[in-house]
Amino acid sequence: MGDRRPPAFYALAAVFGLFVLFLYGPMLTIVVLSFQGPTGGLTFPMHGVSTHWFVSLWGGLGVVDIWAAFGRSLRLGLAVMVLTVVISLLAGYAFRRGFRGSSLVFYTAVASLIVPSIIVSLGIGVQFRLLDAAIKAAAEALGLAAFTESFATSAGTFTSGLGAHLTWTLPFGLLIMFAVFNRIDGRYEEAARDLGATPWQTFRHVVLPLIAPSLVGIALFGFTLSWDEAARSSQALGSDQNTLPLELTGLTTTVTNPEIYALGTATTTVSFAVILVSLLLFRTLSRRQARGR
Amino acid sequence: MERVHRGLSDREAGRTAVLEPASALATARAGVWRRRLTSRAAAPYWQAAPLALVFAFFFVLPLVVMVVVSFWRYNEYSITPALVGDNYVSVFSGCVAELPSLCLTFKTYLSTLKFCVLAWALTLLLGFTVAYFLAFHVRSLTAQMALFLVCTIPFWTSNVIRMISWVPLLGRNGLVNGFLITAGLTREPQTWLLFSDFSVVLAFVHLYTMFMIVPIFNSMSRIDRALLEAARDAGASGWQALWNVVVPLSKPGIVIGSIFVVTMVMGDYVTIGVMGGQQIASIGKVIQVQLSYLQFPLAAANAVVLLAAVLMVIAAMTRLVDVRKEL
Repeated sequence: MGDRRPPAFYALAAVFGLFVLFLYGPMLTIVVLSFQGPTGGLTFPMHGVSTHWFVSLWGGLGVVDIWAAFGRSLRLGLAVMVLTVVISLLAGYAFRRGFRGSSLVFYTAVASLIVPSIIVSLGIGVQFRLLDAAIKAAAEALGLAAFTESFATSAGTFTSGLGAHLTWTLPFGLLIMFAVFNRIDGRYEEAARDLGATPWQTFRHVVLPLIAPSLVGIALFGFTLSWDEAARSSQALGSDQNTLPLELTGLTTTVTNPEIYALGTATTTVSFAVILVSLLLFRTLSRRQARGR
Repeated sequence: MERVHRGLSDREAGRTAVLEPASALATARAGVWRRRLTSRAAAPYWQAAPLALVFAFFFVLPLVVMVVVSFWRYNEYSITPALVGDNYVSVFSGCVAELPSLCLTFKTYLSTLKFCVLAWALTLLLGFTVAYFLAFHVRSLTAQMALFLVCTIPFWTSNVIRMISWVPLLGRNGLVNGFLITAGLTREPQTWLLFSDFSVVLAFVHLYTMFMIVPIFNSMSRIDRALLEAARDAGASGWQALWNVVVPLSKPGIVIGSIFVVTMVMGDYVTIGVMGGQQIASIGKVIQVQLSYLQFPLAAANAVVLLAAVLMVIAAMTRLVDVRKEL
């Protein structure tokens, strides 16, 4: 470590430092501005320091039911997180053994990552509209008048919304599983099998401890990507089912006071809490794994 | 390799079983067969099924529906099945007749192309530099991981909030204008800083550089350090080693990052909407507006054209590298 750094190091380190400032600086300004005094505006200077805007946010944002959106986003995020972990894990296993059609599924996953979100969103939106029409027609044909009258739409947070989010989170989960299984030594599992472990025991006592940290990583992607998703949800949710990022996007054009920063700070706090918990969990599990060896 | 190992261990199991009584052998054989039928052969299929079904129902089918609906008719109240090219005609209405002046669609694509090129060039330059610093100049693995994490954490926070956070900096009364005026560099507040092409490109760089850093860093960390030493020993200068060794070997990462950035910019409407003050056109925005007027077939036709454009760009880029090999 004693040898001298080349001059390029210092130039690159400076670029890196500026890049980090560029990444975090703006975020920091809105956190500071969300504590703006009651008479303060959207920009500096600060007119005193207060939690006025958080209090006012707590009371709701006029016509927008922000807390309903908050709850929807939270529930959806948790559901997406759990499903992303389970489905990616299973698929990771499947890809490891190989199956006919695996490259088709793989390329579909990659495509889902790359096809613009507005296109996926539009497709899902129109698909559910047609599905609604089909359901109504079927109900009418069967003479279920009561059902036809009460039925509004099959689109919603946990149908079309959930599906739309999964098309965004699952490719990440799958790619992480690939990376994970690439690094696992198959001989551990063989040893377990030779010692008479059932497939479930092999998974529970050998594979799971090895991949647990990465599953935490997938959960982190699953929750945060869903929590912040706007473009894919835009057309794929039922009416009045907006998630938090969608309400936030709408608010950018209407809100003229620091309430929006308070909302931004609150949302970012949730994100950071999730990231922090995940990283701590990741570290704990990795350490336990290292000790186990 | 995996399979070979398995086969061997199966055979070994068989060999030890021979030593045991015949009934045990029969049970073992039946067990093996049952396992083969239930878990060995079938397992990957039911394990992959949930993933495949989600993509089939929420990705492939919607795209099929979109293509089909793009040929339907519509009026203010309803959409009706048909097989007409009207929607495509209206997407490109006046595009040929009005030449050399550009129609709305061409203008929008041209504006999107401009954003693509700017965002791509800037994220590539910045992402490559950051990845290069992390991969070749940070020596301890712990520090490397920590700094890498610092770069990726914002990716897990809200894009919309990261956009909004530029407002107090770039606005009329923002920090940057305040600084410029105090420093005597300008008298009037500069209005091109926010809700302009500039702020849109700035936000793209802010949001998407991460998508360059991660794949490029991944490629770079696989480069054998001995190659750089060899280049130096052969008399290459730092720049020559960078250009002739590091850049070619980072190409897969560069291509993957470029695909990400370019396709995201092509389909974007949230960033252009928020950072452009809802004043700058983008294909995504056009589609969104048409959807809000319930002109589904027209929006679908626009989306099909956009998808075709995106696929062409990807096809061109993947010519350069085998993406699957890199995972």
